[in-house]
Amino acid sequence: MSALSVTKATLMKDLRMEWRSKDAINSMLFFSLLVVVIFSFAFNPTAEESRLIAGGLIWVAFLFAAVVALNQTWARELRNQVLDAYRVSPAPPNALFLAKVLGNFLFVVVLEALMAPLFVVFYQLRSVGPVWQLVVVALLGTWALVVNGTFFAALSIRTRSREIMLPLILFPISIPALLAMVDATTMILNGDGTPSFWLKMLLVYDVVFTLVCLLLFESVFNAE
Amino acid sequence: MQPVIVLQNLVKFFGRFAALRGITESFAAARLYVVVGDNGAGKSTLLRVVAGLTQASQGSVTLLGTGSAHEVAHRIGYMGHAPLLYDELSGMENLRYFAGLYGLQGDGIGRDAMRTVGLDANLERRVGQYSQGMRQRLSLARAVLHNPELMLLDEPFSNVDVHSARDMAAVLGRVRDQSKTIFVVTHQSALMEQVADEFVRMSEGRIVSRESVRQVPISAGSGAGGER
Repeated sequence: MSALSVTKATLMKDLRMEWRSKDAINSMLFFSLLVVVIFSFAFNPTAEESRLIAGGLIWVAFLFAAVVALNQTWARELRNQVLDAYRVSPAPPNALFLAKVLGNFLFVVVLEALMAPLFVVFYQLRSVGPVWQLVVVALLGTWALVVNGTFFAALSIRTRSREIMLPLILFPISIPALLAMVDATTMILNGDGTPSFWLKMLLVYDVVFTLVCLLLFESVFNAE
Repeated sequence: MQPVIVLQNLVKFFGRFAALRGITESFAAARLYVVVGDNGAGKSTLLRVVAGLTQASQGSVTLLGTGSAHEVAHRIGYMGHAPLLYDELSGMENLRYFAGLYGLQGDGIGRDAMRTVGLDANLERRVGQYSQGMRQRLSLARAVLHNPELMLLDEPFSNVDVHSARDMAAVLGRVRDQSKTIFVVTHQSALMEQVADEFVRMSEGRIVSRESVRQVPISAGSGAGGER
């Protein structure tokens, strides 16, 4: 049995369960929609102002929405104590972790794809810089959020108030990535030079935290 | 023949409470052990420590000749107090997924396991809509899916009607007859009287008696602990 086949099986299982329940995607969509609408009414910005604030606004919406999905990730495994069935099996813990990260990544990317047109409409956004760079920032930034989020969600599953614990741990450690995501997005939207420094920083952040999470996950997984 | 499980001075603390208090025993292969005792006697904790789900505070567990449950995970079947199943998936979808964790592919294995426990493999219903008895049967099917040599079953008959429980007990007897070793933690020991080989009584974190109701096969002789 290879780790890859377990990762694939777990990912497919999670996608099937999400397709049936739509727990994560519905709550993420609802939350993001609220942020878009409320902020657009509150600020009523011009196209120029929008470009200045959109970087922060977009990522705040996606960060908080992602937390909703991340909290759901392990909740499914705790119901009926299914995690015990995985722990007594010979399947490698990292395969489970990778499947959860990939699942969350897909959920958040789908959310971003659905919400992007709304941001464009509500905030009259037009990117001065190349749009493909926004896609790269979105992918790297989303990975940064979900890899740490999935890990810390696993870390907090045995705590009593895990819904509160997750953002408390996740937000401070995500500050470097958030800084890179917001600054890179703002630079691209305004056409203020190339965001190569922020993109490199995001890439390094992703590689480092993915490796650290993979190294530590087995201990978290088997902790009592 | 080597004993299947050897426990050496096994101690487990939860905070300051000692759930297991220095258990030293060994258990022979191809026998069906029924672990009985009052609530809080340490039965489930013992099973979880043996399964590798809980770390012992002191002492050691040797399982199928090794000190690591993970090394022999493919040879162990575990059924917990909770069903360990996904409510949102059907019975076959659950079994297909768990079979994959053991490197087993295809629906044949799942269908066989469901037939073994008396469930209809074509049932499309999600597990969340199963009755308690069906969930317990499916949970047993999950535990026997990969044809393990050692099965650790925690309260397999809880919330199951008497008729279904007798059926499940008979299934366990047949599985034991295929030279498998089975540990059943239960409060309903009467259900197991026809099929059990040995009753292991626990009290306050200790094994206080072992009562053999069928002789140990000579080829599967017991180790250090033995009969009391």
